[in-house]
Amino acid sequence: MTLTAVLLLGAFHGVNPAMGWLFAVARGLQERSRDRLLQSLPMIALGHLASVAMVTVAADVTGSLVGGTALAIGCGVLLVGYGLWRLLSRRHFRWVGMRLSLPQLAGWSFLMSSVHGAGLMLLPVVARSGGHHHGSLGLMIALIHTLAMFVVAGVIAVAVYEFIGLRILRSAWINLDRVWAFALVGAGVFALIPGNTY
Amino acid sequence: MTLWTPDPTFYPSPRDAREAPPETRAYIAAFDRKGERPDALAVLDTETGQVIGWTDLPNKGDELHHFGWNACSSALCPYAPHPHVERRYLIVPGLRSSRIYVYDTKDRVSPELVKVIEPEELGKRAGYSRPHTVHCGPEGLYVSALGGYGDEGPGGIAVLDHTSFNVLGRWEVDRGPQYLAYDFWWHINHDVLVTSEWGTPSMIEDGVVGELLLGRKYGHKLHFWDLRKRRHLQEVDLGDQYQMPLELRPAHDPTQKYGFVGVVTSVEDLSASVWLWHEEGGKWAVRKVIDIPAEPAPVESLPEVLKPFGAVPPLVTDIALSVDDQKLYVSAWGTGEIKQFDVSDPFKPVETGSLRIGGIVGRTPHPAAPQALAGGPQMVEVSRDGERVYLTNSLYGAWDDQFYPDGVGAWAAKINTDGFTFDERFFPHGEDFRGLRPHQVRLQGGDASSDSYCYP
Repeated sequence: MTLTAVLLLGAFHGVNPAMGWLFAVARGLQERSRDRLLQSLPMIALGHLASVAMVTVAADVTGSLVGGTALAIGCGVLLVGYGLWRLLSRRHFRWVGMRLSLPQLAGWSFLMSSVHGAGLMLLPVVARSGGHHHGSLGLMIALIHTLAMFVVAGVIAVAVYEFIGLRILRSAWINLDRVWAFALVGAGVFALIPGNTY
Repeated sequence: MTLWTPDPTFYPSPRDAREAPPETRAYIAAFDRKGERPDALAVLDTETGQVIGWTDLPNKGDELHHFGWNACSSALCPYAPHPHVERRYLIVPGLRSSRIYVYDTKDRVSPELVKVIEPEELGKRAGYSRPHTVHCGPEGLYVSALGGYGDEGPGGIAVLDHTSFNVLGRWEVDRGPQYLAYDFWWHINHDVLVTSEWGTPSMIEDGVVGELLLGRKYGHKLHFWDLRKRRHLQEVDLGDQYQMPLELRPAHDPTQKYGFVGVVTSVEDLSASVWLWHEEGGKWAVRKVIDIPAEPAPVESLPEVLKPFGAVPPLVTDIALSVDDQKLYVSAWGTGEIKQFDVSDPFKPVETGSLRIGGIVGRTPHPAAPQALAGGPQMVEVSRDGERVYLTNSLYGAWDDQFYPDGVGAWAAKINTDGFTFDERFFPHGEDFRGLRPHQVRLQGGDASSDSYCYP
């Protein structure tokens, strides 16, 4: 169950155009180069991993110190609060700049994932897995999650670049920011229900 | 405000935007020269040319000029996508008053006022006055301004929050040698912004000043900026005889790095010109690609300002590039001519069409009405599909009066580009505009100068 949740959340993050596959496609289209698209994807995943791992490792270590129940409550409150803020706020990530080097692209992805609270969404999984891992479990969760994100984002990016075309955005790009906010709140509520395991 | 799917008027690429449905409404900024009654936003039916909506501003003396949408296709740009906002609000600066109005166009014909930004807010937060061009960018609304706050200059760009419309501040971090300002746009995928030059408030607000013009004191340079770092990169001088490079029309294809700018007049021979900017060896360069000569005319038929010259200058005051970057439209407000060029090779434009209407001496009537017509083709806008071109006839209050001293009139016209002929059904004029002078046209859903695209 835990593994499934981690993978599904990874896929969810991967599907979201704002998390990077769209940027990879744009970089490829700009230079008419699939190579440039393919080089971009690992950098985007790397930034995502750093963002997510920062949260999951911190939570895991905290859990080792304060115990599972306190961690679950803390995470739950944080998530519900952050999710509601995302739901109600009309602010969006601000950035100008298309011409980024690959390390800068990783940095962009780190910021984008962090601002969206990508790592927070995994908190219930860490919280439910108990303490005393000193961060190793948190890191493992982040790695598996990012792998799923990377695969899904990669498949979509290549498919859109090669076959589908960007016109699909006009109809298929549902407001994932709103879904995302609901997911954060949902994850928080889940973490707050005693005895739940992912 | 937040949608579940992207606003249907946003298109990823200019190719997609070409297939947009025809617009049904056109918004026109109209102003009262005397400042005795409020300026207005007029709404036209694009089929019939009838005025179907009208909104008076709450103040007088604003002198509306240019305006723009709160959101456009740049919301799809990949590094900060937010495509679930609506293209809904018109951001309408008063060029003389320095107020900026925000009007809601959703679910109503006549726009409704939702916010007024007072000159003090623009001045104190950004240091500017005389706001002009509005473009929707990925991180906010960019508004160029001709003057400083309580000062002649420098003019520059202010950034507005694109949800609250609050003035966030001055855009420039390092403006280098730039002082004069007018229009701006960008090569969004190359992180390059371009600005042009007109003059400071005192140089324009009471009409064109002959000594300044002959002294070559109006703008004659383009400035290139790093859009990301907000720093001046390079200035390119067209030569000081080429006075007033105004409207900037970069290629819509985001992989390209060229664009066109119209120059009002050369002080050497009163000709007008269109220049191409392009990259050459890692630097920006310009080249004159279209030259339109002045037309000799009997002195008695000329207004005072032109009598010493014995000729009518074309006065290219606006140009428009079709969304597919294939056709350039050039309006010659002095001679009363609108020209169409094939610019598929941007270095070698080929004239493919010309129509006469109005003009300082020509006074050519519209085919729908036999009477002589004052004013000339001035603001020119192209529909997204490239099939229709809209014109209005007023340039700028004080300048209208100099070049058309017996009255510039008020009219708008529409050209069908297939065949390049006037649409005889569409000719709102005279009292249709209730005594106001029409300036910029914005088309519902976007037009050729409203949207930036991040995908080729």
